[in-house]
Amino acid sequence: MATAKDRAQVAGHAPAGSGLNDDIGEDKRLALYRSQVRLRDAEQRAYDLFLQNLVKGTSHLSLGQEAIAAGFGEAMVKGDLSFCTYRGHAHTLARGVPVEKVLGELMQKDNGLMRGKGGSMHLTSEEHGVMGSYAIIGAHLPIACGAAWRAQYKGDKDVSVCFFGDGTTNIGAFHEALNFAAVWKLPVVFVCENNLYMEYTPIGDVTAVEHPAADRAGSYGLERIVIDGNDADVVYRTAQKAFAKARAGEGPSLIECMTYRHSGHSRADPAKYRPEGELEKWKERDPIKIYRERLKAFGVSDAKIAEIDASVRKEVDDATEVCKAAPMPPLDILTTDVYADGGWAWRN
Amino acid sequence: MPEISYRDAVIRGIAQEMARDNDVVFLGEDVAKAGGVFKATVGLYEQFGPLRVRDTPISEQAIMGAAMGAAMTGLKPIAEIMFSDFFAVCFDYIANEFPKSRYMSNGQTKCPLVVRTGNGAGSRFGAQHSQSVENWCMMIPGLKVVAPSSPIDVIGLLAASVRDPDPVIFLEHKSLYATKGEVPDGEIVDKLGTAKILREGSDCTIVALALMVSRALAAAETLKSEHGINCEVIDVRSLVPLDTQTILGSVAKTHRLFTVEENPRLCGWGAEIVSIVADEAFYDLDGPPVRITTPHIPLPAADILEDIVLPTPARIVETVRKSLGA
Repeated sequence: MATAKDRAQVAGHAPAGSGLNDDIGEDKRLALYRSQVRLRDAEQRAYDLFLQNLVKGTSHLSLGQEAIAAGFGEAMVKGDLSFCTYRGHAHTLARGVPVEKVLGELMQKDNGLMRGKGGSMHLTSEEHGVMGSYAIIGAHLPIACGAAWRAQYKGDKDVSVCFFGDGTTNIGAFHEALNFAAVWKLPVVFVCENNLYMEYTPIGDVTAVEHPAADRAGSYGLERIVIDGNDADVVYRTAQKAFAKARAGEGPSLIECMTYRHSGHSRADPAKYRPEGELEKWKERDPIKIYRERLKAFGVSDAKIAEIDASVRKEVDDATEVCKAAPMPPLDILTTDVYADGGWAWRN
Repeated sequence: MPEISYRDAVIRGIAQEMARDNDVVFLGEDVAKAGGVFKATVGLYEQFGPLRVRDTPISEQAIMGAAMGAAMTGLKPIAEIMFSDFFAVCFDYIANEFPKSRYMSNGQTKCPLVVRTGNGAGSRFGAQHSQSVENWCMMIPGLKVVAPSSPIDVIGLLAASVRDPDPVIFLEHKSLYATKGEVPDGEIVDKLGTAKILREGSDCTIVALALMVSRALAAAETLKSEHGINCEVIDVRSLVPLDTQTILGSVAKTHRLFTVEENPRLCGWGAEIVSIVADEAFYDLDGPPVRITTPHIPLPAADILEDIVLPTPARIVETVRKSLGA
């Protein structure tokens, strides 16, 4: 795993200053940090708003898993496409979607990304390359294949990136999509976020192999890749490599990112099934904590870090106020956009 | 006018649209090199090449998902699901993904695709390769559902489906592939949501779909020649959008309504039409609307059994005659 490489680099450079000799570089590192803090603060805010009964319906947070969405988000370029799951707030935000558009949708307000018609589990912002969040496990892996097929057919250079959890690896669509993508050599990158639990059950209890995604890669002629999903540098480097392969026409990748969610599966889950001490152990490997230390090791000042923290906090605070003040959706959108003519007529 | 088969009309319809628009691509099991298990796609691979006509693994979810992803991002895919019964293994896309993405995204997501499939009974294949699943599809908001009964309608409605910006389920009837009909040369483009009056009459309206259309027409001939009953026969052609005006107009003239449906009785498409007529044209009716359907049983394989369960011209004749008291 690349964490050792990171430690070596940090130790080797021991820099006071920019970290410019590093392969990632200071600008990108600051962006990776900002993105992770932004995802953390927005998700924490979403949780707080639940407690105030201002976020309705269900919600699935990525607290603790931010390095993956941030690492891939920062490696993607304009035109690349994200296909997310119901646990997709972070991946949506990581493509640059404003916090207020996401929180607005969670609060089911008219200012939300889909004006309250989709809700937390279906965040979509095509202008940012977020091609939907899918709440039926596995459904979006074949869909990402289709978008990649279009790129291949048209000679477009974009990559389709498909995020999903460890539980997805046991549904048929996962296997259909991997085989399909491999046979057609599609420019798609499958990203498994292995947070150790499929909903409430340990993934190891219900899976025949230790690494639910990576240990199946060989079945489809793909490289076995397991990475530290809590280290944004590792994620970012791995993403870049997979994207380069996809853009070169060399086919799909399947990347298993080891991580842990700090909260329950969904709003309704207090996560009492976790063994004692497990959460605390993983919190020592909190991706934001890791990354703050990384920045300091590269010589980024405390003041610079505090400045990023404060500006992110302001964005989330401002977004919260905008959403609280936003109106509910008007009733006349109830029947819009069922069909492409904008309406819902099924008969004359 | 030259005659071609329903099967060749499928080939011609796909070819017409692929020749017109490079964004039209076609995928499915055995559809390319083998030309399809029903030989309804023969020659397309040779004409349009391996990038546009693609064989897939036996992965119905991958086929449907790939069609959707391609449609969302700029292509106009035609996907084949070999037997409509297999919709059950990829129903997520039919029920949850194709039809709801536009609505859930507040209009951001588009899904202009066509799913072609072999539908219906008559081949003695048994309960899992013979079903008429039009009612499975009709009940889902966001889908369009089309079922042609003749070669010319295959071409025209297929073209309209490919050019339509919504997801369209295109149900080809397996027992019609070998049938022939007159088709003019040149481009043919029809319109979704338009029923066709195939036979004018004054005594009752018979509404039918796909394979049942020719049976309704045959029954109408007998009812006229042997019982003096003049039936108006309407081919619905498109369940969504549904041309209710043609049906209501006909009932206003004939005052009696019969539906002939191959789908099993419960929640069949005719129930919706009867409901609309009861709501909106109750006082036009001189008697109860009558549905002639396959019974609510799985389809048997043996020919003698399968032939009994589908509505036949004889059953249509008998039902109409008794209902009209002739």
